[in-house]
Amino acid sequence: MPTNSKMILRVLVNGIAREDLIPVNMLLVNYLRDVVGVTGTKTGCDGGECGACTILVNGEPLLSCIELAARVAGKQLETIESLAHNGRMSTLQRSFHEQLGTQCGFCTPGMIMASEALLRQQSTPTDQQIKTALEGNLCRCTGYVKIIESVRTAIKLNGDV
Amino acid sequence: MEILPEFELHQPDSVATAVKLGAQTGAKYLAGGTDLMPNLRHGLGDPISLIDVSGIADMQAIENTAMGLRIGASVTLQQLVTNPLVLANYSLLIEAANTIAGTTHRHHATVGGNLCLDTRCQYYNQSEWWRKSNSYCLKYKGDSCHVAPNGNVCRAAFSGDLAPAMLVHGAQVEIWSAKGGQRIIDLDDMYQDDGANSLLLKPGELLVAVLVKPLPTFNTGYRKVRVRGGLDFPLAGVAVAVQGRGNKLEQVMIALTGTDSRPILLKGCDDLCGKPLDDAALKALERLVRTQTKPMRSTFIPNQYRSKVAVNISRRLLLDLLMR
Ligand SMILES: Cc1cc2nc3c(=O)[nH]c(=O)nc-3n(C[C@H](O)[C@H](O)[C@H](O)COP(=O)(O)OP(=O)(O)OC[C@H]3O[C@@H](n4cnc5c(N)ncnc54)[C@H](O)[C@@H]3O)c2cc1C
Ligand code: SF4
Ligand code: FES
Ligand code: FES
Repeated sequence: MPTNSKMILRVLVNGIAREDLIPVNMLLVNYLRDVVGVTGTKTGCDGGECGACTILVNGEPLLSCIELAARVAGKQLETIESLAHNGRMSTLQRSFHEQLGTQCGFCTPGMIMASEALLRQQSTPTDQQIKTALEGNLCRCTGYVKIIESVRTAIKLNGDV
Repeated sequence: MEILPEFELHQPDSVATAVKLGAQTGAKYLAGGTDLMPNLRHGLGDPISLIDVSGIADMQAIENTAMGLRIGASVTLQQLVTNPLVLANYSLLIEAANTIAGTTHRHHATVGGNLCLDTRCQYYNQSEWWRKSNSYCLKYKGDSCHVAPNGNVCRAAFSGDLAPAMLVHGAQVEIWSAKGGQRIIDLDDMYQDDGANSLLLKPGELLVAVLVKPLPTFNTGYRKVRVRGGLDFPLAGVAVAVQGRGNKLEQVMIALTGTDSRPILLKGCDDLCGKPLDDAALKALERLVRTQTKPMRSTFIPNQYRSKVAVNISRRLLLDLLMR
């Protein structure tokens, strides 16, 4: 139980076991970006309002900007960096790229991780289920239509496999 | 330097340990953190220690008891809306919970955190520099209120969506403390109409569970008005349970949120019963809502709109449920 201002955090980040000495009050997003060095996860607001920092913890979506790194000890974290394999984008990534679901790209890691969480739960969601899963993810560029089309394309591609 | 203030973190695995830690000066309970963390990031609060209650098994269970369904305070909203016991008899709780924040928040946000939600105001939910430039306010660090400058009470709005649904279900809460052990009170008695101090919990008291009773013969529903269709807090929200025959009301319970510094269980609803829900009855309902709620200028949206919309959603929901 960490009771002092520093603690040793043991977690699995994108499949790699880590052990880091961190301050107890460190936000998870800062741990990922500044300590681990995976900078795909973004911060788009000052706390809990935009979804850009969404990652998966034990397969469930989490806003890493309002979570303490200390509280994910022993868990399995997945960031956007975990999706591509051997330089090949995942179907969701490819669909966002090809269907113009990403423009400036700032919301994209969060959008894709929230979509990933949905598709693992439910492989053929309805449009309404897609919208509900992404309701906490804001985008200033695409107008959302292209994002929903991207997720739908990924579902179709997954089905074709 | 970290964004958050310095604190100790405790992660107890029992209620007994949690309340012992919670009794210490400057201790603050932490559940999902979806309300507390944004507030701490804004410099709202400076706890010496955070007591994380999200991992306490007794607070994570949902079970049938002699006193009704017992929902642990650390049950997440996602667990609540997918639980078979809740799905069977408490569609109102599910309806209300599904309107809270976004899907990702709901995977971590808890029932207890929602009922103990800090009140909200356009002059309070701002960054440290914003509030400092505005000389702070009564609720935190300042000495006057920007909403009601002549008053000496904070009028920030309680904006939790679960509370009205729970109130309609006759909710009671199980509260624990290191000294006093357990006490059970009506949820309605856990709140007071003071935005700076809306919870009638003594320092260190922990909400452990909520007890609700089913309403098998009632039609129930939740309706809320907000700026965007998703993610936003209620400008006004209403939960209604109604039992009737034809267009005649036999029994009705109505509770509102977002309008005052506490959720409001509407009094005098019995006067609407035993007669048809006609224009006169709807006028009477309007009077009940108008006299018992008082939205203030605590949101960017004008308070007159919130007053009007609180009446209208109550009226529409009652009509819809009676006709169902
Ligand atoms: C963008 C955004 C939108 C939101 N929209 C909504 C909305 O529409 N409706 C809504 O109702 N909420 C909304 N919220 C607020 C919040 O997500 C929910 O109210 C959530 O249920 C809070 O639960 P939590 O477990 O995260 O609470 P926490 O943040 O952990 O705690 C909230 C407060 O309760 C206290 N507390 C927690 N558990 C206990 C306990 N067991 N006993 C005593 N005190 C306790 C904490 O000390 C803290 O003061 C929103 C938040 C964000 C960031
Ligand atoms: S109602 Fe007044 S005292 Fe309360 S938060 Fe708003 S400005 Fe501050
Ligand atoms: S950066 Fe986390 S929600 Fe905006
Ligand atoms: S692509 Fe720019 S914010 Fe979404």
